[in-house]
Amino acid sequence: MRAPATDLPLMLEDVSLLAREVTILDHVSLTFATGAPTMLVGPNGSGKSSLMRVAMGLVPPSRGRVTYGGRTDVPPTRRAIVFQRPVMLRRSAAGNLTYALAAAGMPRAERDAAAQELLDRVGLGALADRPARRMSGGEQQRLAIARALAKEPEILFLDEPTASLDPAATKATEDIIAGIAARGIKIVMATHDLGEARRLGGEIVLMNRGRIVEIADTQTFFTSPGTDAARRFVAGELLV
Amino acid sequence: MPTDASALDLILRADPVLLAIVRLSLIVSLSAVVCAAAIGIPLGALIALTNFRGRNAVIVVLNALMGLPPVVVGLVVYLLLSRSGPLGSLGILFTPGAMIIAQTILVAPIIAALARQTIEDLWAEYRDELHAMNVGPVRRVLTLISDARFSLVTALLAGFGRAAAEVGAVIIVGGNIDGFTRVMTTAIALETSKGNLPLAIGLGVILLTLVLIVNALAWGVRRAGERFAG
Repeated sequence: MRAPATDLPLMLEDVSLLAREVTILDHVSLTFATGAPTMLVGPNGSGKSSLMRVAMGLVPPSRGRVTYGGRTDVPPTRRAIVFQRPVMLRRSAAGNLTYALAAAGMPRAERDAAAQELLDRVGLGALADRPARRMSGGEQQRLAIARALAKEPEILFLDEPTASLDPAATKATEDIIAGIAARGIKIVMATHDLGEARRLGGEIVLMNRGRIVEIADTQTFFTSPGTDAARRFVAGELLV
Repeated sequence: MPTDASALDLILRADPVLLAIVRLSLIVSLSAVVCAAAIGIPLGALIALTNFRGRNAVIVVLNALMGLPPVVVGLVVYLLLSRSGPLGSLGILFTPGAMIIAQTILVAPIIAALARQTIEDLWAEYRDELHAMNVGPVRRVLTLISDARFSLVTALLAGFGRAAAEVGAVIIVGGNIDGFTRVMTTAIALETSKGNLPLAIGLGVILLTLVLIVNALAWGVRRAGERFAG
């Protein structure tokens, strides 16, 4: 019997992304494999979000290619993304999840129970019937994570999921992310918060101006960065 | 001299002539809105979600068709359905069926244009999420129409308002035949010209009231939808 196809390792091979004359990603080569979370850090406009969109398959690269377990043009059935400002569908919290479960191919009879389980996982079990768009920012972010988990992804991209949250909501979201990583789902997360990168990351990727500046494990990145740009970034200086 | 009181009297007595006219008006206009919605919403969704050469021109034409003159539509439908016209064999000129066809042609562009804008706006909002969820094209369209349903009610309302208020098309293709194709607007025009102002005023009051009720219902539906669906 053939093993089910996997999206991992997910490889970006010499990927560039251009928008008119502007280079958004510049010859990026990167591999996401099973393991600890990868944190993408870097200033605004460094290409973190674009890298995730290209890796997710939402935007085709202008040059280079993306492979999923050695295959190209693989639909996003085993990978998911939570955008920085997730859009809630106009239905209840549970309705958002049953919709995603249906899109993932789950039989109708199993969806309600699965939706409730997902809500419980992100601490929203009591809010199943609440209109999703009327939830707080933190609740919407957690619901978006639950919705992304509906397809049981192998890899989950998170685009600054705590960017606009208060410390309590940030802590709750980070705990959920750590729990997801502990279940073996590969996390790739963009963040501006170096503390968060240190808390959650197993690997740090520093980006600047569409290029990868440094890749290192978390300990090495923060204690003995290998490039001057990384040293300045860790020291809190602005990369311009 | 007729007064508002006598118009009110006709309404309170539930005058059978008045009721028959109101009933036919509602049947014609609501039927036209249903037919126009069946055409306009899928058409609007199609234009909103597909890219093709000349799309912008189609949108401009569609928007312009919202202002179709009813008498021109009436004339075209008359020519099509008249005995010597290409559809003359149907034999439906001067029947409510012809009036429904004319009003459908008037209302469909309104619903299609407003649906196109509504669905396109929602698509801009949902696109990334639906792509990320790997939602197929058919489900995508159904989702957008479903989630835009409360906004689409406004498009249907605009269509109903247009259908209920127009006189030019229905008088040409319906003929304003007493007891058969006479609707509120054509009756108001006729009774006013005859000097029978109580009936004309009574019909005018009912027409305004109906439009108000339909709008209030739609507003209520929309508010309830926003409350429960977000």
